[in-house]
Amino acid sequence: MSTITLASKRRRAALRTAAFMSPWLIGFAVFFAYPLISTVYFSFMHYDGFRPPTWSGAKNWTYVFENYPYFWPALRNTLWLVVIMVSLRVLFGLGVGLLITKIKTGTGVFRTLFYLPYLAPPVAATMAFAFLLNPGTGPVNSILEKIGIPAPGWFNDPSWSKPALTLLALWGIGDLMVIFMAALLDVPQEQYEAAELDGASAWQRFRYVTLPNISPIVMFAVVTGVIQTMQYYTQPLIAGKVASGVIQGAGTQFEPGYPEKSTLTLPQLVYNLGFQRFDYGSACVVALVLFALSMVFTAFLMRRRGGLNLAGD
Amino acid sequence: MPETVRKVAFALTASVALLTTACTGQSSSGASDDASKQTTINFWHAWSAPNETKAVNALIAGFEKAHPNIHVNVVANMTDDKINQALRTGGDKAPDVISSFTTNNVGKFCSSGALVDLNPFFKKAGVDPSTTFPKAMNEYTQFDGNRCTVPLLGDAYGLYYNKTAFEKAGIAAPPKTWSEFETDAKKLTVPDGDGYKQLGFMPDYHGWETTTEHYFAQFSPTYFDKNGKSNLAEDPAFTAGFTLQKKLVDELGGYQKLERYRSKLGDEWGPKHPFHTGQVAMQLDGEWRLGMALDAKPNFDIGVAPLPVPDDQASQYGKGYITGTIAGIAATSTKQNAAWELVKYMTTDTDAVVNFSNAIHNVPSTLAALKSPKLKYDPRFKTFLDIAANPNSTTTPASVNGGVYLTTIQQLGYDYESGKVTDLKAALQKTAQQIDTDIAQAK
Repeated sequence: MSTITLASKRRRAALRTAAFMSPWLIGFAVFFAYPLISTVYFSFMHYDGFRPPTWSGAKNWTYVFENYPYFWPALRNTLWLVVIMVSLRVLFGLGVGLLITKIKTGTGVFRTLFYLPYLAPPVAATMAFAFLLNPGTGPVNSILEKIGIPAPGWFNDPSWSKPALTLLALWGIGDLMVIFMAALLDVPQEQYEAAELDGASAWQRFRYVTLPNISPIVMFAVVTGVIQTMQYYTQPLIAGKVASGVIQGAGTQFEPGYPEKSTLTLPQLVYNLGFQRFDYGSACVVALVLFALSMVFTAFLMRRRGGLNLAGD
Repeated sequence: MPETVRKVAFALTASVALLTTACTGQSSSGASDDASKQTTINFWHAWSAPNETKAVNALIAGFEKAHPNIHVNVVANMTDDKINQALRTGGDKAPDVISSFTTNNVGKFCSSGALVDLNPFFKKAGVDPSTTFPKAMNEYTQFDGNRCTVPLLGDAYGLYYNKTAFEKAGIAAPPKTWSEFETDAKKLTVPDGDGYKQLGFMPDYHGWETTTEHYFAQFSPTYFDKNGKSNLAEDPAFTAGFTLQKKLVDELGGYQKLERYRSKLGDEWGPKHPFHTGQVAMQLDGEWRLGMALDAKPNFDIGVAPLPVPDDQASQYGKGYITGTIAGIAATSTKQNAAWELVKYMTTDTDAVVNFSNAIHNVPSTLAALKSPKLKYDPRFKTFLDIAANPNSTTTPASVNGGVYLTTIQQLGYDYESGKVTDLKAALQKTAQQIDTDIAQAK
C-alpha cells in the first residue's frame, strides 16, 4: 500500500518535472532534433523540393567532397575568416573597450562613435565599403596613392578580398566593445590596487588581473564570433556582387565568390545548392559540415579553458 | 563526467543556429477547373521599373476585358528565388502564373515538374508553338519535349557603337567579321597613361554583357551532344570563342590593365555606363540599351548593328544571341485552365504582344507580332527585331540543372582571360567533365 503510494508519488513527480520541462522539450524537438534528423535524412536523398525524395546513398556526400568545385575554396575561406577575423575582432573589441574605460572625458561620445556602425544594416554597410574601397574610384585608394602607398585591389583582388571583409567586420565592432566594457568595469578595483602596491607594471596588471577576470567574456566573444562567422553570408555575397560589376539584370551572370572564389563561404553554398540548384540533398551535406565544424570548434574552445563554466564564478 | 555532459550540451546548443530546416510536402493538381466560371488567379512577374509595371497592368487590363469572369491579382518585382519557393509550397497566395527573366531555369522548372507541361493546352487550343514563336525562343522554352514555359517578349543581343568615334577613327561602317572587329577595336582605343582616354571595346567577361554565352552565340556552338553530354571539348566553336576573347584582351592592353580600367567605370544599369559616357566605343548589349543610352543624352551618335561573325561564317552576318522572359503555370495551381487563358493571351495574342512590346521596348516574341504594322520603334531597334527573326540566331539550351553549365563555362572564361589557365584544350576537357558530373548529380 505504502509502496503503491510511493510509486504513484514518484510518477506524479516525474510527470510534474516533465510538464515543467515541456516548453523546452517541445522547442528542442521542433527546432533542433527534428531539423537535425531531417538534415541527416535528406543528405542521403535525392530531393529537388518538388518531387518526392528518393534514396541516393552517399552520392550527395561524394559530390560535395569530390566534385562540387566551390566546396573546398569555401571551406578554406570560412576557416580563414574564423581564425583571422574572429581573433582580430576579439582583440580589437577588447582594445577599444580598454581605451574607452581608461579615458576620462568624452567616454559617451567615443562609445557612441564605436557603437553606431554596428547598427548599420549589413547590406548597406557592405555597399558603402565596396564604394570606399573601390580600387579605381574609391576615396581610400585615392588617399593612399596621394601619399605614395601602393593601393590594393581590395574586393577586386583575391588576395585582398578577405582582408577587406575583415576591415568591414572591425568597423562594426560595437557589439563586442559593449560587452568588453561591461566586463572590464566589473573587475574589482582592489585587485588593481593590490597589484600596484606589489609593483606590477601596466602590462602585468593587464596580464594577471584584467585577463583572468574577463576570460569568460573573452571565451563568450570567441565562441559566438566563431558561430557568427560560420554563418557569414550577406557581406561576402554583396561585396562580390558589387565588385564584379554584376548587380542584377537579365542576361548578366554573377560569378560566385568573386574574385576567383575568394569570397565564397559555406552558407552561400547551402543557398546555392538548395535554393538555386534545387539540390537539397547536397545542401544538407554542406549544412551538416557546418554543424560538425561548429561543434568541433566549440568543443575545442571549451576544452582550452574552463570556458563558460567560470562565467558564473 | 557531468562537466563533459555540460560541455557537450553547450556545444550542441551553440551549434543549433547553424542548422537549416528542411521542408517536405508537395501537392500536385490537374487542370480540372472551369475557365468560364468566375475565378481569381495570381500572377507573379519580375518587372519592377514604374513604366514596366504600368505596362504589365495594362496588359492584364486587356486580358480582364477579354475575359470578364477571370480576375487577376498581379504581384510585381518577384525574384527567381521567391518564385522558386512559392512554386514549391503552393497555397492560396502562391502564383498560378509566373514569369521570370531567367531562361536558364527552364530545364529545372520542366524536369522537376514545378511548372506544368503546356503542350496539351496548346494542342487543345489548336496553336502550334513552332509556327507561332521564333525558332530560338521556341527552343529555350522547352526541355526534353516538355514545354513548361512560353516566351513572353524576348531579348536580342547586338553591337552598339559610337558613330562619332568611328568617324574620327576613319571607320566607315560597323564591323561584320571578328577580324574587322579586332582591327576597329584597336583603332578606336586611345591609351592614356595607365588607362584609356577611350577604349575600343571592353572584352573582359566582367564587362557586363560580354559573357561567354553572348560571345559564343556568334560561333553557333552545340553545347550538348546527342547523348546529353557536354560538347565543350569537341565543338571547335568553343575553342574559337575563347581564343578570340583572349586575343582581344591581350591586344587591347592585357587583363590587369583592362580590369583596372573597368573598376573605374559606371555600373551597367546607371546613366554613367561607359558606353553612354564615351569611355568605351563599342558595346555588346541587349536591345534595352538603346533606350537607356538615349535617356543618358550622350554627346555622340549611337549606331546599332548585329554582332560580328567568324570570318568563315560571313554569310550568316545578322544572327545573334536570343533570350527573354518566360511565363508558365504552377503545378500547384488548382486553376490551371483559367491560368492557361491568361498565358495564352499574354504570349500569343498579337495585339497584346505588340502593345506590351511597344510599352517596354523588348523584342516581340511571336512571328506575327514581329511583322505587325502596329509595332512602334526607333529605326535602330529594327536591328534587334531582325536578329530575333533571323533563323541562324541561337540560344543556350535548357539543362536539367538550369544554367549551372553556363556558370561553369563562364568560370573557365575567367580563369583563361586572367592567365590562370593556359592549356585551353585540357581545361575544356576538364570543364566538360565537370558539366557532365553536375548534370548527373541533378538527375
